[in-house]
Amino acid sequence: MKRLIAVLLILLSCSTFSMAKEAEPVMGDPVLQARVMKLAGELRCLVCQGESLAESHSDFAADMLRKIRALVEQGKTDQEIKDYLVARYGDFILYRPPFSGITLVVWLFPILLLTAGASLLIFNLKRRRARVKVAPLSEEEQTRVKNLLNEGDSKA
Amino acid sequence: MMRFLVPLVVFVVLVGFFWKGLELNPSDVPSPLIDKPAPAFSLQELENPAAKIGPADLRGKVWLLNVWASWCVSCREEHPVLLRYSKTGEVPIYGLNYKDVRKDATKWLQQFGNPYVVSGFDVDGQVGIDYGVYGVPETYVIDKQGIIRHKHIGPITDQVLRDEIVPIVRKLQG
Repeated sequence: MKRLIAVLLILLSCSTFSMAKEAEPVMGDPVLQARVMKLAGELRCLVCQGESLAESHSDFAADMLRKIRALVEQGKTDQEIKDYLVARYGDFILYRPPFSGITLVVWLFPILLLTAGASLLIFNLKRRRARVKVAPLSEEEQTRVKNLLNEGDSKA
Repeated sequence: MMRFLVPLVVFVVLVGFFWKGLELNPSDVPSPLIDKPAPAFSLQELENPAAKIGPADLRGKVWLLNVWASWCVSCREEHPVLLRYSKTGEVPIYGLNYKDVRKDATKWLQQFGNPYVVSGFDVDGQVGIDYGVYGVPETYVIDKQGIIRHKHIGPITDQVLRDEIVPIVRKLQG
């Protein structure tokens, strides 16, 4: 059981790696810029897909950054800005998909799979343990064991 | 029996997913604008800055909105297809000239031919953002009520036109 827990912990720690962000030239108000870059880090560049808007150097990402900056300057909240982009580009632009609709599958399937796997494992282990019965030795066998052990002693 | 059946079922399901995945194009991001009203805009016409064009002017007919630019290489690829289709007169094609220079765009149309009834001049790409444009060329099919019914991302080939665009246009025209 201890070993199982250790393996699970190692697996979990692997999935929480941190993401490096690329530095962009600072423009204007640093507080505002920090907010723009934080938002951009949570949004996908649809052209490069593997990168966030903050990391990408594509024209699309540059346009989006400009748009996000304009929206931030208009005093929009982070949620309003995300909603604005989702309405135009869809949920796919969010790196963290919303907890609703079809994306529920994305969130729940791994948990489901893990639970199913764990219960199968536990079920099998229990069944195996039940099958192995502790059978005490009969008197006859006891004497045989004793004799065998004594034999070994006398030879040595 | 179960020992072989379970892995077999898992294998078949995985193959099913991978098979489907082979057909999918990862750059085709489904648009949330399908079955939603085409975002309103009023843009200067590319070749006549005094006049304005927008979806409101096109109510009551099925039309195509093709996003293009003179700097876009794939647009050159789809251009002959659009030109040929526009000559059939089946459906009016309107252009959205995306983040372009007016002089370059007009020259491009003179050089390669103009399939568009009119092109809107979206110099800062704002209308493009409203339409969720992320890769030019893109083409939208908009119905008589001004609802977006289809979006094609990437150049229109003869095959795309025949299998995708034309059937939808005909269906919408009724």
